[in-house]
Amino acid sequence: MRGRNRIWLLLVSLFSNAAWSDSQLNLTKGVTAISNEVYDLHMLVLYICTAIGVIVFGVMFWSIIFHRKSKGAKPADFHESTKIEILWTAIPVVILIAMAIPATSTLIAMEDNSDSDITIQVTGSQWKWHYKYFDQDIEFYSVLSTPREQYENHNGEPATRSEHYLIEVDKPLVIPVNKKVRFLLTSDDVIHSWWVPAFAVKQDANPGFINEAWAKVDKPGIYRGQCAELCGKDHGFMPVVVEVKSEEDYQQWLKEQQQLIADAANAEQASLSASMSKEELMQLGESTYLAHCAACHQPTGLGIPPAFPALKGSPIATTGSIEEHIDIVFNGKAGTGMQGYGKQLSLKEIAAVVTFERNAWGNDTGDLVQSADVKAASGE
Amino acid sequence: MTTDTLENTEHHEEHHAQPSGIKRWLYTTNHKDIGTLYLWFSFIMLLVGGGLAMIIRAELFQPGLQIVEPDFFNQLTTTHGLIMVFGAIMPAFTGFANWMIPMMIGAPDMALPRMNNWSFWILPFAFSILIGSFFMESGAPNFGWTFYAPLSTTYSNGSTAFFVFAVHIMGISSIMGAINVIVTIMNMRAPGMTYMKMPLFVWTFFITAYLLIAVMPVLAGVVTMVLTDTYFGTSFFNAAGGGDPVMFQHIFWFFGHPEVYIMILPAFGIVSTIIPAFARKKLFGYSSMVYATASIALLSFIVWAHHMFTTGMPLFGELFFMYCTMLIAVPTGVKVFNWVATMWRGSMSFEIPMLFSIAFVILFTIGGFSGLMLALTPVDFQYHDTYFVVAHFHYVLVTGSLFSIFAGTYYWLPKWTGHMYNQTLAQWHFWCSIISVNLLFFPMHFLGLAGMPRRIPDYALQFADFNKWVSIGGFAFGLSQLLFLAVVIKCIRSGEKAADKPWDGAEGLEWTVASPAPYHTFSTPPAIKDE
Ligand code: HEC
Ligand SMILES: [Cu+2]
Ligand SMILES: [Cu+2]
Repeated sequence: MRGRNRIWLLLVSLFSNAAWSDSQLNLTKGVTAISNEVYDLHMLVLYICTAIGVIVFGVMFWSIIFHRKSKGAKPADFHESTKIEILWTAIPVVILIAMAIPATSTLIAMEDNSDSDITIQVTGSQWKWHYKYFDQDIEFYSVLSTPREQYENHNGEPATRSEHYLIEVDKPLVIPVNKKVRFLLTSDDVIHSWWVPAFAVKQDANPGFINEAWAKVDKPGIYRGQCAELCGKDHGFMPVVVEVKSEEDYQQWLKEQQQLIADAANAEQASLSASMSKEELMQLGESTYLAHCAACHQPTGLGIPPAFPALKGSPIATTGSIEEHIDIVFNGKAGTGMQGYGKQLSLKEIAAVVTFERNAWGNDTGDLVQSADVKAASGE
Repeated sequence: MTTDTLENTEHHEEHHAQPSGIKRWLYTTNHKDIGTLYLWFSFIMLLVGGGLAMIIRAELFQPGLQIVEPDFFNQLTTTHGLIMVFGAIMPAFTGFANWMIPMMIGAPDMALPRMNNWSFWILPFAFSILIGSFFMESGAPNFGWTFYAPLSTTYSNGSTAFFVFAVHIMGISSIMGAINVIVTIMNMRAPGMTYMKMPLFVWTFFITAYLLIAVMPVLAGVVTMVLTDTYFGTSFFNAAGGGDPVMFQHIFWFFGHPEVYIMILPAFGIVSTIIPAFARKKLFGYSSMVYATASIALLSFIVWAHHMFTTGMPLFGELFFMYCTMLIAVPTGVKVFNWVATMWRGSMSFEIPMLFSIAFVILFTIGGFSGLMLALTPVDFQYHDTYFVVAHFHYVLVTGSLFSIFAGTYYWLPKWTGHMYNQTLAQWHFWCSIISVNLLFFPMHFLGLAGMPRRIPDYALQFADFNKWVSIGGFAFGLSQLLFLAVVIKCIRSGEKAADKPWDGAEGLEWTVASPAPYHTFSTPPAIKDE
């Protein structure tokens, strides 16, 4: 008897709210009204299922223990009962209706995209997110910031891994607290899915179509999620990080961003007349390449043929014209993994990365490319 | 046993020129031979698919990329899924259908024996193409077993053509198998065996065969569209050409949802045969079982988009598919209640087939519960594409379908081989499997709820502990299946001679013939007694 009590205690503690709500075992409650409703719904069904399970398995184990042949049980000979069968068809229907009612109201609330304060376009591409603030002229890419050495460890484990290993980015999305933020989701290539568990928002980003979702966050903080739809090789390396700021901090951040954009435009202008040395170009080129190109073309320049071509020894990066080379990097190639980097990188970076590709891995063309060449070849 | 002696004399008359060796198997039109081929083929595929899963679990044992590259990881998950669904589970059930349906309905063979031979023998080609693509320049398919466009079309690694042809062949094989099952059941039942007197096992395969005929052509259609989008410039799923990538998912899941019932209805049939045998009591609610099976099959056609709640469906669509999906819980519940009622006040014993069946009832029901949770659209937004889903479908497919296959194999092995299996080894197989399979799949629920997406080769540090346990469970479960192989081989080679009816509570025509079942059974139809 004591043993059974202990099992009960264990079960109860396992399924009690207190043990689950804050631990990693369970769904997050999140930080929006919707995510809390979703959490409650999740717990409701979990309890109902557990209760049904206890009853059904209880009856089953009762007969397993008491109605066994070795105990001399003689089989009864009933094998149908219309009354009971109607009963256990009807009761589940009632339980289902009881679940469907809160589910319906939560769903209707989730799908109400009207009256938003801010709208942000979220675009997935292999394998990063692009955020564009409507009415603010602010846009940027958000890329995994965990260094490669931390996860590519075929030759041994790294000494340390960062705290937010694989769920950290260079530039998080920033939104204000207590404002209804509407997300418009789309994709440049394959289907991705933008997911922040703390907001209970998971919405596919479909190429050529726009989906909607929204969140009104109660609490400033940093919230992390990941791409949830298989989108190719680096699907596991495409985190979503959202920083929720107080209204003042958010306004401050907007100002900083505008300043950064102005600075970048000035630097872009300045770079047109400046000329960089080979060392400078190669150094910047290598870091740009590793950050933006190595995922597909590999740090060795060998690519992963046939999906991702080698650049080492490739005609475009050796004997071909510099203009063509710039063109494919700047504008990309539609319908392939090769996206245009004109929007993502500065002229200087593109000049550097093209120089790097034409001089690294034995592609010793000796060509130097400057920002002005990129500007000229890009046709803008 | 009058039928029995008749069989034996006829056997000698008809088959003096039967080829032996490999030719026997290549040319065979005998339902038992073909059943055996299907069962061995599916077991080999189980080991291949399981081997791929072991590499996946080895990579996921700890954070970081240690063993495989991300792209190869995607090839592993894709082919693991395809092989397990189309190579292991479905052919195993076709094997059961071939062996048991004629014997259960008192027919001499399947209705279309030559087509039967063909429907088996094209399968090895399909899987050679699929597995062979690992060794080609493109690599194996890497877009998930659900092959969502445009990842499988415009952005494919070049394996799409092999994949499409492999799936086409599998589909043709399934359709032929299904036609054979339907024609056999409709035309070859022994006189007096009305539909409502058929064993429930036969009913579930009958309904499954209709599902197959209904949806396999849809699969063939969608892979063909993927093929032409990839290689012939069409734009069914390419937005730039006026197509719609989400339409792919609608067509795929219109096949895909009935497909999951194709993999579970036969399991219901097997378990509904075994539980009464070892509870020594008739199946409770036979006719409600038939109606429940049929309604599950019908409902399976109007719930497909519950796989697609995050694609941006209109509210009305989400509500419709949520309600329909929840409805499936009703007939499924009826089944579980009926099994429990069959055990209630029975006289139970716990031979291996019964152990696997009881495990099936409990663990399949757990998979059903998580299915119900997934049906609720608002929470599905959180569960979708996480390990919670992975846990869900492995509970219904591994501890559901696969366990029923184990249960059925142990149950009929004496009839197939003429020997009893080794009790001790089989007990080891059961207990090792049941412990390791839960270690393997239960923690996946927690991983999913904590936010781990599926199909990723590496993960954030908070998922590390559970993944380690899951991997250990995975290796243990994989190795446990070698015990199963040992039991089966031992049982074929030697073992205590099995009686014609080794289980005292068993019912059905298959137990009226000798063990092992003679090469030809019921050349003259048996008489069905009225009750
Ligand atoms: C998402 C994967 C991906 C990334 C990241 C990527 N590329 Fe590419 N790249 C491709 C693919 C795919 C092609 C082949 C396109 C085609 O079909 O012609 C390609 C082609 C090229 C080519 C032409 C090679 C040839 O021989 O035809 C150059 C040059 C190139 N990329 C440079 C870059 C640079 C520079 C970067 C980083 C700024 C970069 N790529 C990032 C996928 C990628
Ligand atoms: Cu993605
Ligand atoms: Cu992804």
